[in-house]
Amino acid sequence: MSTTTGRAPIVEARDIHKHFGHLHVLKGVDLRVVEKELVFLIGPSGSGKSTLLRCLNRLEEPSSGSVTVDGIDMLDPKTDINKARQRIGMVFQSFNLYPHMTALGNVMLALRKVLGLGRAEAEAKAQAALDRVHLADRADHYPLQLSGGQQQRVAIARAIALEPRVMLFDEPTSALDPELVGGVLAVMRELREDGMTMVVVSHEMGFAKAAADRVVFMADGMIVESGLPAEIFADPKHERTRAFISQIERH
Amino acid sequence: MTGWERFTDSFFNARVMAQYLPKIIDGFGLTVVLALCIIAAGLALGLLLALVRTFSIRPLNWLIIFVVDLFRALPPLVIIVLLYFGLPNAGVELSGFVASWLALTLVLMAFSEEIFWAGITSVAKGQWEAARSTGLGFVQTLGFVVLPQALRITIPPLTNRTIAITKGTALASVVAVPDILGAANAGVSFSFNPSPLTLGAIAYLVLFFPVVVLGRWIETRFAWKR
Ligand SMILES: Nc1ncnc2c1ncn2[C@@H]1O[C@H](COP(=O)(O)OP(=O)(O)OP(=O)(O)O)[C@@H](O)[C@H]1O
Ligand SMILES: [Mg+2]
Repeated sequence: MSTTTGRAPIVEARDIHKHFGHLHVLKGVDLRVVEKELVFLIGPSGSGKSTLLRCLNRLEEPSSGSVTVDGIDMLDPKTDINKARQRIGMVFQSFNLYPHMTALGNVMLALRKVLGLGRAEAEAKAQAALDRVHLADRADHYPLQLSGGQQQRVAIARAIALEPRVMLFDEPTSALDPELVGGVLAVMRELREDGMTMVVVSHEMGFAKAAADRVVFMADGMIVESGLPAEIFADPKHERTRAFISQIERH
Repeated sequence: MTGWERFTDSFFNARVMAQYLPKIIDGFGLTVVLALCIIAAGLALGLLLALVRTFSIRPLNWLIIFVVDLFRALPPLVIIVLLYFGLPNAGVELSGFVASWLALTLVLMAFSEEIFWAGITSVAKGQWEAARSTGLGFVQTLGFVVLPQALRITIPPLTNRTIAITKGTALASVVAVPDILGAANAGVSFSFNPSPLTLGAIAYLVLFFPVVVLGRWIETRFAWKR
C-alpha cells in the first residue's frame, strides 16, 4: 500500500516559494503526490501548511516554482484556471457552505454553472454526492439547520460531486465539536478506500496512523522530513519532528 | 370662536380641504412617479458602481469613491438648486421635475453604493474561496454566491436610506414642481388656510407608511432559514 513508485503523479509541486510582503512563508517546497495516495501534512502553526495547500489550486499565487496537477501546469497563464480547479476539490476548516442555498443547492451550483449540466442531471449527481457522505435525507436543509459535522460533509459532497482527481483538506475537523469529528473522518476514510488521491492537513494523528500512506512534516516553510506514518511517529529522524510529535501526543 | 374651533377651522377646514383635494391627489401621483424614478435609477446606479468597484481597478475606484463622497456630502437641496438654477448658465435647461429627479438619484446612488459595497465586503472571504475552488469564475461567484448574501445584509439599511431620500421629493416643491408639498403650499397661499398642509401630511403618510411596513416585512422574509 505504501509503494508509491510507478504510479502516476497527480500533484507535482517543485521549489515553491511564497512571500507575503517581506514575510517568506514557503522556502522551496517540493511535494509529489501519486495516484490514490493519502499524504498527511503536519507541522506547527504558521509553518505554511495552508499556504502550500492553497498554492496547489492557485487560491494563492506562488512567488516562484511550478505546480502541476493531473498533468496541467497550474501556473501557466494560458491555463484555464477555472477548468483546472474542477479537478482539485478543496475542503476548508470553516466549511464555507453557501448559507442562502440548501445542501443540494450547494452541491448543484458548480455542477450547473461550471460543468454546465442540466437541472435534472445536476440534481441526480448532487443527490448521489450527498448520499456518499450519508446526508441524502438532508438535501433540502439549509446550512444553519445542520450540525458542524453535517455541514463539513456537505462541503465534501460539494467538492467530490465534480469528480476531482485530488482532494485537499485543510484542517477539516478542527472547527468541530469532538463528538462530530468521527463522522467526517469516516467519510474521508471511505473516500480513500474508493481510491481518491488526498492531501490532508490535520492534527488527527490517529487518523494519520490509520489511513495515511505518507506523513510530511513541515516547519518554517520547509519540508523537514517525510515518510511512512510508523517512521515519522515512532522514529522521527529530526529533532524538530520529534519535539512536534511528542508535543502533539501529549494533548 | 374658542381656541379649539380656531384650531379645527385652520387645520381641518372641510370646505378648504374638499376644494384642494384634487390638487393634492395630482401632487400625490407626481410624488409617486418622482419617487419611483429616483428609486429605480438611484439603486440601479448604486449597485452598478459597487459592482464595478469589486473589480479593483485603482483609478476607477478612486473616481467612484470621490463621486460617492461628493454626493453624500452635499445637501440634496443644494444639488437641486444647482441643477435647476445653475445649469441654465451652461446652456442646459432642466425642468424642476428632471432637476429634482437627477439630484436625488445621484444622492441615492451615492448612499446605496456605500451600502451595497459594505454588504459585498462583509461576505466572508471563505465564500469566495469555496466558490472559486469549485471552478466558478469571478463574475459567477459574485453573482451566484456573494451578491445574494450581500443583498440580504443590505436590505434593512437600504430600505431606511431609500425612504429617507425619497422623502426628499418634497424638496422638489422649491423648484416649482407641483408634488404633494408643492400642491399643498399652493393651496395654502390661495386659501389663506393651512388645511391643505394637513391633507399633504396625510398624503405623505399614505404613501410612506406602507413602504416602511413593506421594508420590515422584507427584512424578516430575507433572514436566513434556521
Ligand atoms: N494572506 C496572507 N497575508 C499575509 N500573511 C499571511 C497570509 N496568509 C498566511 N500568512 C502568513 O504565512 C504564514 C503561514 O501561514 P499558514 O496559514 O500557511 O500556516 P499554517 O501552517 O496553515 O498554520 P495553522 O496551523 O495555524 O493553520 C503565517 O505566518 C501567516 O501569518
Ligand atoms: Mg492553516
